[in-house]
Order: sequence, then structure tokens, then C-alpha cells
Amino acid sequence: MDRKEYDQLAEELKPSSHGIKNAFNAFLYGGVMGVIAQGVLEFFMNVYNCNEKEATPMMIITLVFVACLLTGLGIYDKIASHAGAGTFIPITGFANSMSSSALDSKSEGLVLGIGANMFKLGGTVITYGIVSASLLGVIRYVFTLFGTIG
Amino acid sequence: MSSHFLGQSVKLENVYIASTGTTCGPLEYAGPLGSCFDKFFDDYHCGESSFEKAERKMLRDALDICLKREQMKYKDVELYIGGDLMNQITNVHYLAREIPKPFVGIYGACSSFCLSMGVASLMIEGGFIDNAISLVSSHNATAERQYRYPVEYGVQKKSTTTFTATGAVATLLTSQPTNVRIEAVTFGKVIDYSQEDPNDMGRAMAPAAYDTILSHFQDLKRSFKDYDLVVTGDLSTYGHKILKEMLQRHHIDVVHYNDCGCMLYDINKQEVFQGGSGCACSALVTMGHLYPLLKEKKYKRVLVVATGALLSPMMSAQKESIPCVAHAISLEVV
Repeated sequence: MDRKEYDQLAEELKPSSHGIKNAFNAFLYGGVMGVIAQGVLEFFMNVYNCNEKEATPMMIITLVFVACLLTGLGIYDKIASHAGAGTFIPITGFANSMSSSALDSKSEGLVLGIGANMFKLGGTVITYGIVSASLLGVIRYVFTLFGTIG
Repeated sequence: MSSHFLGQSVKLENVYIASTGTTCGPLEYAGPLGSCFDKFFDDYHCGESSFEKAERKMLRDALDICLKREQMKYKDVELYIGGDLMNQITNVHYLAREIPKPFVGIYGACSSFCLSMGVASLMIEGGFIDNAISLVSSHNATAERQYRYPVEYGVQKKSTTTFTATGAVATLLTSQPTNVRIEAVTFGKVIDYSQEDPNDMGRAMAPAAYDTILSHFQDLKRSFKDYDLVVTGDLSTYGHKILKEMLQRHHIDVVHYNDCGCMLYDINKQEVFQGGSGCACSALVTMGHLYPLLKEKKYKRVLVVATGALLSPMMSAQKESIPCVAHAISLEVV
């Protein structure tokens, strides 16, 4: 059997990837998380009597804390296996990537383990976050020179 | 007089299984074959401070159980051959420090079980040694760490993924007749069908299993009908289907065929995606489940084709396809 024929055969027998179900779950879990985050935000605004700008970082820190705690308790990955992009895309996904990497390398110690590996997965997001932010900054600057942006 | 290779295979006359020891993790114990294993651990740490040490503990316990059955000590075995899935075949090598006898480390990824049994059998058949231990293990958490993502990382796995089995198996082979023998060995070629997805091992490995099964049948002039059961190591549901279809398209009558990855777990109830994988998968099913059935004479002859994806995460990142291999051993009631 040649490789082309093999690929054809393998595609025919491939298990379904549950694309629609996954998208629906991501929408549902992501949406619920949005509602929770909004609730937390409103809570901080009311309790501490502050505006939205001041309450937002507190809300983000709360979500990150909860995601890390659930990762440590071994619950986060179970939720994520159903939620998919619903928990992966929000800031909770980033918190989980760092805390799970840190947990995983705990056995190799503070320096060679946790310190060196904590950004193993999250590092990509940070690197390309900074790169794209810098590029956009340059573009914005160029536009300002021509007076397009105020 | 020892035999000579016929193609990739060799028939053996003087290799017998004397004893075995099997240890497994929580999910393997909860599976349909759970009661077949000698010892189980209900958590992945097995009371140790790291997953790697936990895997070593499972290996040590399997070895101790195996030798205790024959009232033997480490020094009574002439040669140890073993492998696991880690870089530097870490777990068996670190255990080997405690063994005062020659140790041969082998790597065949998930095919390590049949590879170590095959090499040990040849040493005995050749008359170089009288007994040998084959030692293999895999651990879900150590394999996830090395090949995939951190254990607690929340990522939705692809439906084609397999689940690395947690367990260790030690098998004592000897030249002294017992009631089950290793009757033939076939070593596989490394096959690459340009499959690049490390989350789809069944699809990558099926062609290697196909090649080894065909070579085994051709070399020894046999077919599926000469066996009461033919099992592949860890193709799991998807790979199992592909292999069956490949064989049928080539007009080979496929009977009594199953896959260890589908037997070790309850695929419908346990969260193992397509089924089990890892060195421990084929080893636990063969030595925990099939070997007792052979001893009871419920099966007369069984072919075990352990499959291995020889992938390196580094080469996968460099967009290379996955080389795969399958090695086979035939077990027969004396």
C-alpha cells in the first residue's frame, strides 16, 4: 500500500473530532467565565467603591488566582478537557500554563526546575505579545507622524 | 544447535517463561483486566517524591514479585534487559544500579516489551545464558511530561490521542522447561509512512505492525489461523481499525485479532481517548492476562506484536515524520 492510498484509508476511518460540540462547549464555558468575571468586577466596584478601570486589575488577579488554585488541586485540567478554548483563550489559560509548568518541574528544584521551566509554555505568548506590541507601536507612531491618529 | 534467522524471524526451541511480576496504576486497576495484576498503586506518586521515582518503584516491585515467585535473588539472574520511554531510558537504568548483574538497556519506545523479550530469548537460545529478566515500564505522568505537556496543563486532547499506561512488568525467561515457551521472534523494520501528528500514534504505527505481521507470516509460512489470538501492542481503537482494513484489502483473512490498548481499559467508560499505549500496555496485557490463559491452556499459541513510535519531540518540532517499529514474539503452550 503506498502512502497516498494509506492516507486515504486512514482519513476514511478517522474518529470524528467533535468540532461542533467543542465549539459549543467553548462558547458556553467561555461565556460563563465572562459572566463570572463581570460579577467579580461589579463586586469590587461596589464593595471598594471604585471605578471600572481600578477594579479590572483586581478582577483579573482574582481569576488568575482561582485558575492557579484549581490547577494545583488537579481540577483545572478536567474542566479544560470539556471547555477547550473556553478556558484556554481567557487569562485563565495563561495562568494554568504557568502554574502547571511550575508544578511539573517542582521535582527538579527552585532554580533548574520551577525557575527555568515556568515560562516553558507561556513564554511563547509573552515573546510574541511583546514583539507584536512593539510592531503595532511602530505602526501607530508612523501614523501619528502623518497626522492620521491624534 | 541454535536456529538461524528466516528473513526477519527466528524459531526457538529452548526458551521458556518461568515467572512474571506486574504492577499497575489506578486506571489500569480499574480497567477490565485490573484483577490480573499482582500489585496496584492508587496514585501516580506511589509514595515517592517524583513521578520518575514512582515509575522506578513500580519496576522494582514488579521485579521483586517476579523473582520471589521463583525464590530467587537479583544475583541468581544472569542477564537483565530492559527499557522504558524516558530519555536515557532513565527508569530502568537508575534501577539497574541496585542490580549486581550485567544490564542491557534497550529502546524501542512502546515496542520495548517485545524487543527485550526477543533479545533475551536469543541469548538463551544461543546457549550464552541460562536465564534472563526482561524489564519494562511506562508511566502516564513521566511520559506526558517528556513527550507532551505538563500533567496539569488544561488542553483539550485530540480524539485520536492514546493514553500512556502506567505500570511495570518483569518477566523471567529460562532454558529450563516450563509450561509456556517463546516459540518464535520477529524483529521489525523501521517504517515511516510520513505521518507527522504526535497525537495520532495509532495511525503512525499501523503500517509498522502490518509490515511485521506480514514478515512473520511469510518467514514462518503461517497465517492468523495458526494463532488463537494475535494482539498488537498499542494501536488502540483507530490504529486497530486501520490495520484490520489494510490486511483485509490485501486479502488476508483477519481472525482472532485484538489490540492491547483496547483490552487494558474500558474504552467506553474510562477517559483514555482511543485506548492505551506505552511499554506497559502490551506488557501488562500479555503477562498479566494472556500468560495465565496460556498456562491454563485456554490458548495454545498467541502472537504479540508490540508497536513503537520512535518519535523525538525535537524532530517533531522540526517537522519530521514519525519512524515506527513493531517487534513480535509468539508464545506457545508446551
